[in-house]
Amino acid sequence: MKFLCVECDRQMQFEERQLPGDGTLAAAFRCPRCGRAVALLTNPMETQLVASLGVKIGGTTLPPQPLETVRGMVATGKPDAFEDDPGAGAARATGVTWSLAAQERLARVPGFVRGMVKRIYADYARDRGIGEITPVVMDTARSELGLEEM
Amino acid sequence: MPLNIRTYRQLTEPDRSALPEQIGAQRRRVAERLATVRRVVAVMSGKGGVGKSFVTAGLARALARQGRATGVLDADFNGPTAARLLEAREARVRVGEDAVFPAVGTDGVKLLSMDQLLEDGQPLGFRGPEAESFVWRGTLEAATLREFLADVAWGALDQLFVDLPPGMQRFAELTELVPHAPAVLTVTIPTVESRDAVRRAMRHAVACGATLLGVVENMVGGPLTGSAAADLSAEFAVPVLARIPWHPGAEVWDLLAGRL
Repeated sequence: MKFLCVECDRQMQFEERQLPGDGTLAAAFRCPRCGRAVALLTNPMETQLVASLGVKIGGTTLPPQPLETVRGMVATGKPDAFEDDPGAGAARATGVTWSLAAQERLARVPGFVRGMVKRIYADYARDRGIGEITPVVMDTARSELGLEEM
Repeated sequence: MPLNIRTYRQLTEPDRSALPEQIGAQRRRVAERLATVRRVVAVMSGKGGVGKSFVTAGLARALARQGRATGVLDADFNGPTAARLLEAREARVRVGEDAVFPAVGTDGVKLLSMDQLLEDGQPLGFRGPEAESFVWRGTLEAATLREFLADVAWGALDQLFVDLPPGMQRFAELTELVPHAPAVLTVTIPTVESRDAVRRAMRHAVACGATLLGVVENMVGGPLTGSAAADLSAEFAVPVLARIPWHPGAEVWDLLAGRL
């Protein structure tokens, strides 16, 4: 899927992705020559199909988590199906803290996917030098990383 | 006057989404993970209920007892049974930095099964819009297979058995995902109905470039009659590797393991 500014004959570049939280997706693309922007709006089925492929419109900045699609998409999983390997957990625990509000929000994430969500937010914060994860940080990360329902 | 529009393949500018590159990275991840696996063996049948998982588990255990490093990837996501057969249903999946670790079942067989992940008695359900879910559900199951291949630290294995569901779809997905066409172990029961269904699956496997290892005939010596294994063996010029009775002992599996 690509967008072409016909007047300029230039491929439009991805600029921003938004997830309204209703299963739809909005992605903005801009022509690098004339600056004209267009928005791609996908319905829930289209959004789901792209997500099912394990790819992200706009690309991704973090390496994939193990079983990322399974953990993010399965709705009937055991809350305690996964456990962190002690070595992996220890590395992530350093340098990033969680505000009380962020912890409460994380606790509302289904158990099946919670461990992965926690790792993604921790990686995001560490990569950007963010010391404390707050709900605002979570919202920004969710939008930047394209994390639907996380 | 029609617009002069460059087509998809004519666009050469860098693309931040890079969707084809994301797909390519997924495939490389599978190849890298399987680099330590000497052989991927798809256990398939065109027919349901012939005992693919039963044969997979018995054979895997026999190979492991002989000291050959063996893994089982339960690719029957909607009817997973391998974890029960290998006594690893309760094993939690340990998550490392870039992979999960397989459970270790009976006789040291490594395993990953959807049965370890699902709530007891619950079907495999995905988040997403319910309307027209057939559009994306198959894609998600293929993605699940990809992640079971790419994201599991299988380690050095002599063989990784992929226990397939009935039909041919999952085999087609497997063939697309792995770097080389998998070897195929076919399971049938003696009946003519099974023979005809399994024949289609074997033809499909041959068309995909797979190597047929042979036929295992299961549920032999009971009420089911026929010559499915012999017929398929003659038609495809492959051996009948074993005829498994209703209550096989360890010696039956050992014999099969020795022929593989």
